[in-house]
Amino acid sequence: MYSRAYKASVTIPPLVWVTAFLLIPYAILFCYSFWSVSSLQVITHNWNLQNYAQLFRNPLYFTVLLRSIKIACAVTGLALLLGYPLAYYLSFHATKRKDLLYQLVIIPLWTSYLVRGYAWKTILGSTGVLNGFLQYLHITHKPVEFFLYSPFAVILTLTHIYTPFAFLPIYASLEHVPRNLIEASHDLGASPFATFRRVILPLSLPGILAGATFAFVLTLGDFLAPLLVGGSSGIMISNIVVSLFGAAYNWPLGAAISFCMLLLVVTLLFATERLEKRYTIS
Amino acid sequence: MSAAILSTSAERPATDALLSIRKVEKHFGGRPVLRGISLDVAPGEFLTILGESGSGKTTLLRLIAGFEQLDSGEIWMAGERLDQTPAYRREVNTVFQSYAIFPHLSVFDNVAYGLRAKSVPHGEIPARVTHALGMVKMSEFAQSAPSRLSGGQQQRVALARALVNRPRVLLLDEPLSALDANLRRQMQVELKSLQREVGITFIFVTHDQEEAMALSDRIALLRAGQLEQVAEPREIYGHPTTAYVAQFIGQTNLLHAEIRDGIASAGPIEWPSTEPAGKGTFSLRPEAIHLCSRSRAAADGTAHFRGQVHNQTFGGAMDSLEIDCGNSYMIRARIPTPGPLHGEQEFEFAVRDIVRVREGGD
Repeated sequence: MYSRAYKASVTIPPLVWVTAFLLIPYAILFCYSFWSVSSLQVITHNWNLQNYAQLFRNPLYFTVLLRSIKIACAVTGLALLLGYPLAYYLSFHATKRKDLLYQLVIIPLWTSYLVRGYAWKTILGSTGVLNGFLQYLHITHKPVEFFLYSPFAVILTLTHIYTPFAFLPIYASLEHVPRNLIEASHDLGASPFATFRRVILPLSLPGILAGATFAFVLTLGDFLAPLLVGGSSGIMISNIVVSLFGAAYNWPLGAAISFCMLLLVVTLLFATERLEKRYTIS
Repeated sequence: MSAAILSTSAERPATDALLSIRKVEKHFGGRPVLRGISLDVAPGEFLTILGESGSGKTTLLRLIAGFEQLDSGEIWMAGERLDQTPAYRREVNTVFQSYAIFPHLSVFDNVAYGLRAKSVPHGEIPARVTHALGMVKMSEFAQSAPSRLSGGQQQRVALARALVNRPRVLLLDEPLSALDANLRRQMQVELKSLQREVGITFIFVTHDQEEAMALSDRIALLRAGQLEQVAEPREIYGHPTTAYVAQFIGQTNLLHAEIRDGIASAGPIEWPSTEPAGKGTFSLRPEAIHLCSRSRAAADGTAHFRGQVHNQTFGGAMDSLEIDCGNSYMIRARIPTPGPLHGEQEFEFAVRDIVRVREGGD
């Protein structure tokens, strides 16, 4: 048994931290979302639901929100498609080079996000590496414009950035699949593919869920990639929030959008956590 | 060494054998694990591969199951090369030491796994699974999650999961080693009767010589990757071919004797021997030694020696004695409850109970 003093000393600091830097700001933000801005650019404290209504009434916000969800879905799908085979190979087939390959996946995470974003800008731009290469090979004759400043560029960049986040939990779950279960499956007459479908895949499901959650939530809230490579057609919901809190000076509307996003993400986290629990076997 | 293999092959010609292991070699990182293993297994036989840890017994089992590839040699089953067939096409099933029950499937689905993998008609599956669970007395747990089962229950599920496929050979890798002593004895009895019931060939791996003797039709004793002796339990106990076998299976006294003119002598002990003159090692089981009453005349075919009881340990039905036969020549004996023994005693043993064994590994 721990003493009361000990318990207090380990629980109070994080509690204070969370209250001061998370709960109170959220509460303030929550209040803002019910206020409004007067014509003189002054925030007035008259409580109303106009901000939330506008989110659904104004097609701009709704379109961008929908696009953000689509981009997040695409990035999640691509990150899983890239991350799973990589994790599978590393866990089951890479023997000597396992540590090296693992590091190669991790190292990009040490590079600044901005650097990686700019790198894609130089690759995809009209005078960029990709267009130069295509023209050199005479596949195209003038720069392909849609490479950069498009949802395509955003999806590509974010897939590159968030695939390691999908890879890591999948790799961890595959490493936890007891190898004798795979032998048992072969022993019982299941082919390697049947073994994958009926043993390995179900047992790595918690990792897939965790990886998908990471990729989806991080993409949905991303504002740098659309800023760097998205152009006007690649704008995402976070860019709108940023501009509402910045140049547009409409904190109440920004707060309302933020809260809708928060609700979406928290609901998603709860759902996937429940699913993960269901598929995790003690 | 080779004598043991030759004699077994002579007893069971390869044409009768269900499983035939021929000159199998296996190395791990340049270190030999199995060296020239040749062994035939008859249909319906309960064969135990017995050996210390590191003797290669599990590796041999994994080669038969197909989890490891052999370096040289052949494994045949019913006239076909088994070693060139992938594990999932072999008509062999394994009961793993760690059970290897699929944690995400119910007991029923675990047992049905092999039937579904082999596309057994859907209508047939429930009846076969139910029957297999009945055989191991686990019918009531069909819908349970494996995590709710005890070790012994998981072991039964593993057994049902393997048997339901009606394999030609069932491989059991120390399946009882994780169970406590009582449960273990109970499972031994059930396993043996189950094997008689289904008539499937069992290849059982264990390091427990008592378990091997209780269960097996034949025991193959493996030592450092080589077969030391393959024989029926009574034969391997009564007539061990090497000193290692004599010491590994049960307890024994190893007597280093000098044979001359039909008499073998080891220290103060002498007995008639038909072995050729020279030096030889003999094995004499402690329970082959009896107390001899002074008045009785020496019967034919028995040898006598005198000794001081140096140490007497009460053991219930049998007492363990350490007998000093003079000049600290110690002999161990197990005698049915003689009561406390004091002073010099006379002991006897039947000459047929002292067995010549070969020394050393090869």
